[in-house]
This record gives sequence, structure tokens and C-alpha cells, in this order.
Amino acid sequence: MIPATFDYIRAGSVDEAIAALTEHGDEAKLLAGGHSLLPLMKLRLASPEVLVDLGRVDALRGVCELDDGRLSIGAMTSHQDVIDNDLVRQHCGVLADVTRKVGDAQVRHRGTIGGAMAHGDAASDLPAALLALDGTVMVQGPSGRREITAADLFVDYLSTSVNDDEVITEVRVPKLDGNWGWNYQKFGRVAQAWAIVGSLGLVKRANGSIEEARVGLTHMGTIPLRATAVEQALAGTSTDGIADAAEHAAEGTSPPTDLSATSEFREHLARVLTKRALQAAAG
Amino acid sequence: MTAVDTPTGSIGVTKLRKEDARLVTGRATWTDNVAAPGALHMKLVRSPMAHAKITAVDVSAARERPGVVAVYTGADLMDAWKTSLPSVWQVTADVKEPPHWPLATDKVRHVGDGVAVVLATSAGAVADAVDFVDVSYEPLTAVTDMEEALKDEVLVHDDAGTNRCYEYAWDSGNLDEVFDRADVVVTRRYINQRLIPTAIEPRAVVVQPDPTSGGYVMHSATQIPHILRIQLAIVCGVPEHKLRVIAPDVGGGFGSKLNVYAEEALALALAAKLGKPVTWTETRSEGYQATIHGRDHIQDLQIAATSDGRILGYKADIKADLGAYLQLVTTGTPMLGAFMYPAIYKMEAHGLKITGVFTTKTPTDAYRGAGRPEATFAIERIVDDLAAELGMDPMELRRKNWITHEEFPYDIITGLTYDSGNYEAATDKAMAMFGYDDLRAEQQQRRASGDPVQLGIGISTFTEMCGLAPSRVLGSLSYRAGGWEQASVRMLPTGTVQVITGTSPHGQGHVTSWSQIAADALGVDFDDVDVLHGDTSISHRGMDTYGSRSLVVGGYAVHSACQKVIAKAKRVAAHLLEAAEDDIEFANGTFSVAGSPDAKKTIQDLALAVFAAHDYPQDMEPSLDAEATVDPENFSFPHGTHLCAAEVDTETGRVIIRTYVSVDDVGRVINPQIVEGQVHGGLAQGIAQALYEEAVYDTEGNLSTGSLLDYYVPSAADLPHFETDRTETPATSNPMGVKGVGEAGTIASTPAVVNAVVDALRPLGVKDVRMPTSPRNVWEAIQAATNGGAA
Repeated sequence: MIPATFDYIRAGSVDEAIAALTEHGDEAKLLAGGHSLLPLMKLRLASPEVLVDLGRVDALRGVCELDDGRLSIGAMTSHQDVIDNDLVRQHCGVLADVTRKVGDAQVRHRGTIGGAMAHGDAASDLPAALLALDGTVMVQGPSGRREITAADLFVDYLSTSVNDDEVITEVRVPKLDGNWGWNYQKFGRVAQAWAIVGSLGLVKRANGSIEEARVGLTHMGTIPLRATAVEQALAGTSTDGIADAAEHAAEGTSPPTDLSATSEFREHLARVLTKRALQAAAG
Repeated sequence: MTAVDTPTGSIGVTKLRKEDARLVTGRATWTDNVAAPGALHMKLVRSPMAHAKITAVDVSAARERPGVVAVYTGADLMDAWKTSLPSVWQVTADVKEPPHWPLATDKVRHVGDGVAVVLATSAGAVADAVDFVDVSYEPLTAVTDMEEALKDEVLVHDDAGTNRCYEYAWDSGNLDEVFDRADVVVTRRYINQRLIPTAIEPRAVVVQPDPTSGGYVMHSATQIPHILRIQLAIVCGVPEHKLRVIAPDVGGGFGSKLNVYAEEALALALAAKLGKPVTWTETRSEGYQATIHGRDHIQDLQIAATSDGRILGYKADIKADLGAYLQLVTTGTPMLGAFMYPAIYKMEAHGLKITGVFTTKTPTDAYRGAGRPEATFAIERIVDDLAAELGMDPMELRRKNWITHEEFPYDIITGLTYDSGNYEAATDKAMAMFGYDDLRAEQQQRRASGDPVQLGIGISTFTEMCGLAPSRVLGSLSYRAGGWEQASVRMLPTGTVQVITGTSPHGQGHVTSWSQIAADALGVDFDDVDVLHGDTSISHRGMDTYGSRSLVVGGYAVHSACQKVIAKAKRVAAHLLEAAEDDIEFANGTFSVAGSPDAKKTIQDLALAVFAAHDYPQDMEPSLDAEATVDPENFSFPHGTHLCAAEVDTETGRVIIRTYVSVDDVGRVINPQIVEGQVHGGLAQGIAQALYEEAVYDTEGNLSTGSLLDYYVPSAADLPHFETDRTETPATSNPMGVKGVGEAGTIASTPAVVNAVVDALRPLGVKDVRMPTSPRNVWEAIQAATNGGAA
């Protein structure tokens, strides 16, 4: 478990990191919490020549409220700090709840929200949550800053629309008012592992009916997905319709087959877990 | 059988483990920590193919890499071996024992088979350099399925002429008559899946040339320093007295370190060849390919019974996947279960056939339980299936057929003599703890209401044979070693005691338990006893630790050596107290003269007296030290009743164990906390087979579960609360009445859990769920049953 030789650059600022990325191009990789990249390097499945470490860029840590009413979470904020953050708990508790199910305690203390988005693993929990929240990431590169919606961020298996010379600096999520309920059904083989399938249900209730429903699916394709057919079927209906609506959960997905599940079983699980998530979220 | 009296002294009392302070504060000495200045780091070039001819190995580029000192191919090193790696159990006269060289020369036979070895000055340099060894392979067809292998269309070992390593067939009683007479015959095929032992500490070895002796000191993460020394002396041609093997702190084994591995032979041969220390530690993924696997049996069973539930006999046709080579006990592992298919049940006849099969997979060998978990799983599963067939309560069926406590000693149909046991007592206790009737009522309720989460109840009334001892019996089975154990006791002049044991603990707490045995026997303080082990220069004789033998044989040896010390001390006491030896009484460490309570000497007084040696009996040597080699007359037979209540989510296939009760009878207990720890760990490992773990190969022979990412070892978060208790029915084959506990939990728990899962799903038509009973396997079994197919 010894990685191939690499050079190490400790970035003191985002600008230094961008400069290093610009200089080394696709030979360089950003190091955040290291809980995906370093194992890949130790298994020699990845061997970047240069690591640019963001660990000392303190400006990338912490949570604040934006003028437009959203929350901004610094990309290098650890999962545990997201879980413990008062603003997150008060205004976007769903993010804290999903983050609580990421990995194990060690991963949550070292891994970062920005790193999870940059890795873009459809099997990890946070990308689907960002998608369901209609969140965004802010990226910064040589030509300035831009905001990427979650829908545009995840483009293919472990691949995002962030350019090689760009750094994710923030993750932005909306505040949810008190009418929203949520539940994340993470279904895995063991307590601390990736989900075989995960379904995050978010339900906004008004006058006894469902005003809006959103469903984020984990590990149902090469990228995180929304169960849009379920969402459409539920908009404006009563909670009695959840079971029927959830039957559409696997539509438009192309889940993988692996040792834990066939694609057929994943589709079945998506339906069951979406039903359970939405019923709990609406309840 | 009656329970033993309340123990006095140190035995039977929980003492905190002497080992733990250093283990939990990071001050243990693991093999990988052993400082060997100037050591060369070794790494093997391993085959990425399951089956291929080696057509060329080009090491020239690797030799030029920074830090590389030497690179050797298998052919380069053939002159280093006096013989191939050992297989010690010649199970049949015509067993095929193809050579197993530390590095492959002609062809590779499993993914991970060693092809070349690189030595470099650092771990990083050697990790970089192995990729520069260029091996040319001519691919051959992989054979991963035992039944395919038995067609002999592709041979793993060409010279053997067949993939059938051996066939062992044996029956007793009038089998045909019994099956003709039976009202009911239940036929089942069970798949006992392949498992990977996964000890926390990976395998590691360090060999240092010893200028003092002109020989070598080997540190190895092994369970068997004594056996390893003998075998490596033979394989490498190093004189036995020039090889010192040390097993320092060893972080678990479960059988995976009960072996003589290629890397150990290579490290010794290369240290000899280069005159430098050589160090090697496997990575986890490397270990998953190159350290033995366990289980992997196909078990075709038939059980015959009368309509009122009397078991008449069984036929068991067992195919055991041995993998590509014979490791130390590969052939014998299925044999350790061969005798145990009757379990606790009385019957008239049995028939057994074991076929050992070569495949292009990692070799299998003894994994916690070794043969007995396989047998126990099959028999306890089919007894449950028989109960379902008969419409009987599965516990009622067991009660009707088991050996009652009045019937011991009892000769079972396979010829073993069970010396003692009380299945009724353990079962009654377990049933009361479990709340069996209430759970059955809840089960009926859930079935009636069509609850998506069904409840199942699983039973395992297991027994096992352990304490690998009777050397004559082992000899009669063509096992090429004995089963005795050795201990010595040194009475130091200042009154403290050293015990030297031939067992080799790797987590079991022998230092603590053996201290308790010696303290209790000698009447000295627990803290005044230390236990030395795991170094062939300190403990010169031993048969090491496996098969739940350490206490039953090794602890007995400590007890026996202590009795010899006491006998010697008694003579010295009589001499010094000027009394007849027959008048000397010994209790709590003090020798006194009967009727003269003031005339006494403590055992410490006597240790000092013989050290000074100014005054001692003419006809004895001035020493109280003693050694003992014991060879018990029989195996020991722990038993118990395990009950599992499992909730099965029929929508997702998820199994959650709600209640797990175990009542084990491991005979007399030395340290209750250590016993409980062994039971907990054993349960975890057995439940892991039932619910989580499986080593999977694809059809090309690649290990698909090549790391802990895909091979699901459960953590504490995945396991239920264990409700454990005991009964104590002493063994009669040793004077301490102990039976061994290292494997009981693993053997018992797997069928208890799977029986519960199947019990939950029977109303859906499910008759079996393939292990592990993962969500996928449960869901697929439900799909198959409800779609009209067989589960």
C-alpha cells in the first residue's frame, strides 16, 4: 500500500492552488480530505504526479448565509463540521442528516463536502443530496469564478464539469422552511459502506397535500439521479399517492450490476426505498 | 454428570488480561515492527492470471530500478529447495500431492501465485520495481467450479492426471436398509461458500542471519512457530538447531497463520543466499490472494427418518474445493468434519463421501472451526428442513433424537466417543433466556397479518470435536504429526514462577489463563506468574495453537507440570520438616505436617532452599522445576444451544438479527471473561458467514472480492447484542475438565442464523437461501419461490 512517487505542493490560498493546477495541468490532482484519492493512489489505481494540498487553505472552511438567502459551505469543511454546524442544522437539516450517513467517523472527520462533490461518485451520498436540493457549487479558475448547478455538475462516472484548472470553493444549498420534511433511506450491505441504493425523499406539504416532492437517487447510474417521474406524479396530490408514485422510481435509471445487486434488484430497491423515504418525509 | 464445585483460588475467576495493556497502548511487538537494520524488503511478482503457462520471465529491467538488490524467478531458486512446501495429512493412500514450490516455474495456477521475487533497500523501491518484471504468459482455461473441474477437461496439475485430489468414502450401519425403511427422506444441496479469514494483522516475516549461531532468527506472524521451524528446516535445508523461530505478538489468525507459506520459505532462503536480513509484510489485497481461504464445500445431503420423527441415518456427498495447491492441512480440513455429521443425534447408519478437488483458485485450508462448521451447518440445516417436512417443531425433533445426558459416554455412528454432555440442560437454559413461545406467537401474528417484515426462529444444537490431541488417533488417520503439548514450570529462587508453554497465542490470552492455572495449582499469586511462549529457543517443544487445543492440551500440560513441581516440593518439605512424605499436606502454596500446623514451608521457601541447595534429599536433584508432555486420550466435545430470532424484510431482503441467545458448554472455565470474548468473536465470525462474507471468483478466475471494499467483514455496528450463558459439564479426557472454546461460537452460529432466515420465509415457499443471506440472495430466493421456481 505504497503509492507511486509524486510531488507535493501545499497551497496557501486558492490562487496558489489554481497556479499549481495551471502549471501542472492534468498531471496534478487536488488533495482535500484524501479519503477517496489516497486509497486509489495506494492501490495504484491513480498515480498523479503532483498533489496540490488544500488542507491549509482556511478560507475554504466554514458555513455562512448568502445575501440571496442560501447557505454557503466552504468546500474544505469536513463532513463532521457540516453535521455540527448550527446554520446547517437550522436551515438545511437534511444535509446534516444525509452527511451523518457518510462513511464512518474517521471518514467524516477527514472527508470534505467539496471533495465529495469533486469526486462525483454516484454511489456516495452527498451528490444525490445536492441534486435533490437543487444546490450548486462555486468554482474558481484562472478566468474567475462561476457557479455550476448540481444538475450540470455530474456528467459521467466519477467525472464532473469542473475543469482541470478549477477549484471547488463552496457548496451552496437553499434554506428549507418548516413545511419541508425529509428522509434518506441508505441501503447498504454493512453499516459503514457505500449504498447499494439510496433514496432521499424531500416533501413540502401545504394544506394537507404535497406541494412539492423531490427524490434523489444514489447508485442508480453513473451519476446521481432525480426520480423525476415520481416527483411529477406527486406534485399537488395527497400523501396517499406515495406508494403508487414510487413505482416510477426506477424510470430513466440505468443501475449497475455488481456483487451486491443486479440492476433488476437495484430498480426494485429504488422503488421500495423511495416509497419508504417519501412516506417518512411526508409523515 | 454434575456441575463442578464452586472453584476456589484463581481458576474460574475473571482476571483482567495481562496482555491487554501493551496491546491497547500500541506497545505490542508485531513482526512488521521488528527492527532489522539493513534489511532488504521483499515483494513477490504475482500472477494476474488464474491459469497460464509461464513462457518467459524477463527481470532485466527490474534489476536496473533504483534500490533493487536482486531479482529471482522461480527457476532461479529451484536449487534453494530440498522439498516442496508441506502438506501434512495424507488422507488416503492414493491422494494426489503435486509439488508446491514457493515460486511457480512452469505455470501459474491461481491469481496471486508467485512468479518472481524482488529485493530492494526500501518498501517503496520494491513496490515500484515489481511492475518492471516482465512475465509472458500463455493463457489456459481457468477452472473455478468444482463440478466442472471434476470433468478433468482442464487439469490444474498435469502430472496428477486428474483434478480429483482424493476421494474418501466411508459408511457404517446398514445404510440401504435404513433408507428403504424410512418414511421420509429429505434431500438437500447446501453451498458452504468460500471465506477469507481476514486477521487484523496481515502476514509478515523477518529473517535475520545470526552471526552468533551461524544460523537464522525468523520472526513470523504465525500461529505455529514450532511446526514452522521443523518444516522450514526441511524445505530449505537449514539445520533445525540453526533456525530460531519467534512468533511475537500476533494479531489474530483464525487458521490463516496455521501454515507454512511460500513467503516464509523465500525470506529464509534469500536471507541465506544474500547474507542479509529480509523483511516482508503482505498488503491486504495481496493477502486476499495469497493467504489461505476457508470453507468452499458443496454438500449434498439426504436424511432418512420415520414419520414420527426418528432420525435413521444420512448420506453426505461432500465436494471440497481445495484450490490450486495443497497447503499444510488443505487435504485434512474436510476430514475434521467427516466424523461430525451425526452431531448430537442417535442414528443407525451413515454414509459419507468426500471428494477433494483442485481448482485454479487460492488454496483453502483450516479456517476457524475447520471442517466442523461445514458439517454442523449441513446437519443443523437439514434437521430443520426435516422438521418442516414432518410438520414438527424443530426443537421437538431434536429432543427426540439427541443423546440424553444419562447415555454418556456415547459412541456415535461415526465411531467417536462423546465423553460427556448435557444437551437438555443447555437447551432448557437457552429456551428460557430466548422466550421461545412468545417469539413463535409473534411469528404467527406476522404471518397472519402479512407483515412485510417476517420473523424467523433458528436453532442450532451443536457439538464439535476439538482439542486436537490423541496422537495415536491422528496417526491412524495418516496425519503426519502428533497432538501432544508441552509445558515447563520454573520455580525462581525469589519465589516467582515462569511457565513455558508450547502453545502459541495470537489473541487468546494464554498468558493470563496459564497464569491462573499455575497460580491455582501452586498456590502462588497470579501476578507472580509469567508465561513465556512463541520462541523456539525458549519453548523448545510445542505443537502450537489451532483447533481449540491450547487449553485442553496445553493448559493440561501446565497443570501437569505444576503437579510434578508440587511432588518434588513435597519431598523437599518432608526432608526439611523432618517428617514422612505421606504426612505432608499441601494447600494454598503451603506444605505442612499433618497434626503439627506450625511445621510448614511455603513453596517459595522451598524454591529458595533448593536454589541454595545446602540441604535437600540425597536422592533428588536440587530443583523444583518440572516439565510435562501430555497427550489426552480423547478429543473434547463442547456443545451448546444457540437460538436466533431474525427479522427478514421481504421487500428488501434485509435480515436483522433481533435476538441471539447462546448457551455453551465448554466444560470447566478458567477465565469467564476470556471465554465470553471467545464466544462473542466466534459468533461474529459465524454470523459473518451467514449474513455477510463470501469470496467470489469470476469465470476467468479473478477474485472479485479482492479487498475489504467488496468482501464484507461485519463490524460491531452490524452485529446484534449477544445474550450468552453457559452450562458446565466437565470433560473426562483431562483432569481439569476443560473442553476448549476457540471455535464453538463460529461452528454453532451459522446454521442458527440461516435456519432463522429460512424459517421466516417458509410461508412464501422458500426452502433455502444461499449464504451469505444478503439482501440480494434473500430477494432472489423469494422471487424464485413466488414465481413458482425452486428457491
